[in-house]
Amino acid sequence: MNNEQHNPQTAGTRPAACPAAGNDSAVIAQATTGDYKYGFSSDIDTEIIPPGLSEDVVRLISEKKKEPQWLLDFRLEAFRYWKTLTPPTWAHLDIPTIDFQAISYYAAPVKKEGPKSLDEVDPKILDTFNRLGIPIEEQKALSGMAVDAVMDSVSVRTTHRERLAEMGIIFCSFSEAVRDYPDLVRKYLGKVVGYRDNFYAALNSAVFSDGSFVYIPKGVRCPMELSTYFRINSAGTGQFERTLIVADDDSYVSYLEGCTAPMRDENQLHAAIVEIIVEDRAEVKYSTVQNWYAGDREGRGGVYNLVTKRGLCRGTNSKLSWTQVETGSAITWKYPSCVLSGEGAVGEFYSVAVTRNRQQADTGTKMIHLASGTRSTIVSKGISTGHSQNSYRGLVRVAPKADNCRNYTQCDSLLLSDTCGAHTFPEIQVANPSAVVEHEATTSKISEQQLFYCNQRGIPTEKAVALIVNGYAREVMNKLPMEFAVEAQKLLEITLQDSVG
Amino acid sequence: MKEALLKVENLRAGIDGKEILRGLNLTVHPGEVHAIMGPNGSGKSTFGGVLAGDPRFSVESGSATFHGTDLFGLSPEDRSHEGLFLSFQYPVEIPGVTMVNFMRAAVNAKRKYFGQEPMGAADFLKMMRQKRAIVELDNKLASRSVNEGFSGGEKKRNEIFQMAVLEPRLAILDETDSGLDIDALRIVAAGVNALKTNDNATIVITHYQRLLDYIKPDFVHILYKGQIVHSGGPELALELEEKGYDWIKQQHQS
Repeated sequence: MNNEQHNPQTAGTRPAACPAAGNDSAVIAQATTGDYKYGFSSDIDTEIIPPGLSEDVVRLISEKKKEPQWLLDFRLEAFRYWKTLTPPTWAHLDIPTIDFQAISYYAAPVKKEGPKSLDEVDPKILDTFNRLGIPIEEQKALSGMAVDAVMDSVSVRTTHRERLAEMGIIFCSFSEAVRDYPDLVRKYLGKVVGYRDNFYAALNSAVFSDGSFVYIPKGVRCPMELSTYFRINSAGTGQFERTLIVADDDSYVSYLEGCTAPMRDENQLHAAIVEIIVEDRAEVKYSTVQNWYAGDREGRGGVYNLVTKRGLCRGTNSKLSWTQVETGSAITWKYPSCVLSGEGAVGEFYSVAVTRNRQQADTGTKMIHLASGTRSTIVSKGISTGHSQNSYRGLVRVAPKADNCRNYTQCDSLLLSDTCGAHTFPEIQVANPSAVVEHEATTSKISEQQLFYCNQRGIPTEKAVALIVNGYAREVMNKLPMEFAVEAQKLLEITLQDSVG
Repeated sequence: MKEALLKVENLRAGIDGKEILRGLNLTVHPGEVHAIMGPNGSGKSTFGGVLAGDPRFSVESGSATFHGTDLFGLSPEDRSHEGLFLSFQYPVEIPGVTMVNFMRAAVNAKRKYFGQEPMGAADFLKMMRQKRAIVELDNKLASRSVNEGFSGGEKKRNEIFQMAVLEPRLAILDETDSGLDIDALRIVAAGVNALKTNDNATIVITHYQRLLDYIKPDFVHILYKGQIVHSGGPELALELEEKGYDWIKQQHQS
């Protein structure tokens, strides 16, 4: 039986339906146009190559990173393929034409030798992280979290590496992985997201600068959350990270990615790739909190976040869970996906995407059920205000030979203004009659009566909006690791409150 | 005679340009329980909403003085901080917002208003425990979303719980008895009575005499077409129960 449940209102586009904007909308509008808290740039000596992209630039990047020939070949193939492509236009996004020749493809803080302890790290870099609320030292001491902080293109330092190494866990920058574990990198690089995948994946494959590499050996449960904080710093530079996570049989790892960028007038391009491989009975949790600069109220500036994230659950009963809280970036184009090719594999996607002012987000997931007994869950919560556009785009596909697959999709939109747009583009392709695929969707507003109820209990409107929005997102927030959840909750409040003055 | 806690004079108010309250007068002193009764559409709920600052209603003229302060000059949240509490006839659901977070936000907003530090988590949870016992709500309350999935009786008990936490000077109970079975009614009334002191006051808005068997009023007022047309002691409620509202209507139509 093909048991598709389809809510009629979700078929195709669901435009913003907010006819009866009460006088609360003005209050909400005021409460949701705060300025960016992380807008500062650090004055650090940076080595930056001139703008432009050519084979020579690709060779230069590879040379600077002292890469082996096979990796240079990989980059060059990707570059040649990229040259034949044009940027995709199918998303519900208005992306200004990007001049890829005007971007510098390599920027690195100048350093003599790799820092061996925190004392050797440029104090300004540490200060930057501290201002972002990511005290490396504190995290190291208090939360037992291993942090691999990436500023622009080069990993600044990795903590806790020794302790992890004792368990056979590899957690290092991508460049180090290429140097120290070339066979592992070569075995997995591009296996989940090939350079032919899409325009931005090809670009990344040609010019990727750095990123993180994680390998969890068989039977090992990683004892701490692994964390990378990305931060784009240099003006006019793109950031092209590459993250590769391999969880071998019966292993477990929880990986956190936090992103911020300083305020810049020109748009900054960010085109990353995350590849995850999950073997038999292994589990990977991948959590993202993204608050890159979103541009100003008129939509000037901000980061273009054009990212390809995908996990391959090829192990029997393997599990991959994506959780994302997206509040930043001028443009978000991102679909963390799961390919469920191992029998009984489980894929999950929990997302909160906030757009305000002129932000545009087209985000969602793909759940590809290739093996029998695979299950997937999608919970997407969009929150939009101002003149922003917020789209959920999802694909659930069940292959002909995959018996007894299940998918549950819940897709909610919360509209805080009558000038924003919320859209859903769910696609369901079921080629096996035993599949059970459910899709539910809602659109809601914060009602005047909810606000008055809060006010009557003494809660001012601004706080009430934050409370209600956090309540709306709670189901997803609960999936984040504890210390991250608190941070994300505060971020939601800051994002939606008027932080001016 | 004590100073009046609430003095409403010649209040005219309405919704969408339609006048509902047409010159309402009422004085409430500390320690008193007032019942406001009247037929449907007489303006009972509007009165409660106007006092609490429900944005749907607009005040056209008249005044309301709340322990010396001009009530209509205050925002709804400041009216709350100053000690005005409205128990809603239809409590609003707020999905995903737990009662503990909701009440913490409320209590700490009030403390901030009076220049006090936020309440510590342990003290707060202890207080929640004590207060929910008054209306016999169990320990699941803290983690439940505000009014979401609550039965009719639970919603009203939850209103009285919030009243117990906020300790208002003046509580307005808007049709708190509607939709309650007899057990829930008893629990709600017992809660209200337990919170009664010589310094606070209660306005009970109700259609039926039933609630007044449990919450004994000192004064009963009959609201009709936006005015208080009759005031008396508890016996007036019994008279209404017996005769219905028709005699009032007849008296004031002729």
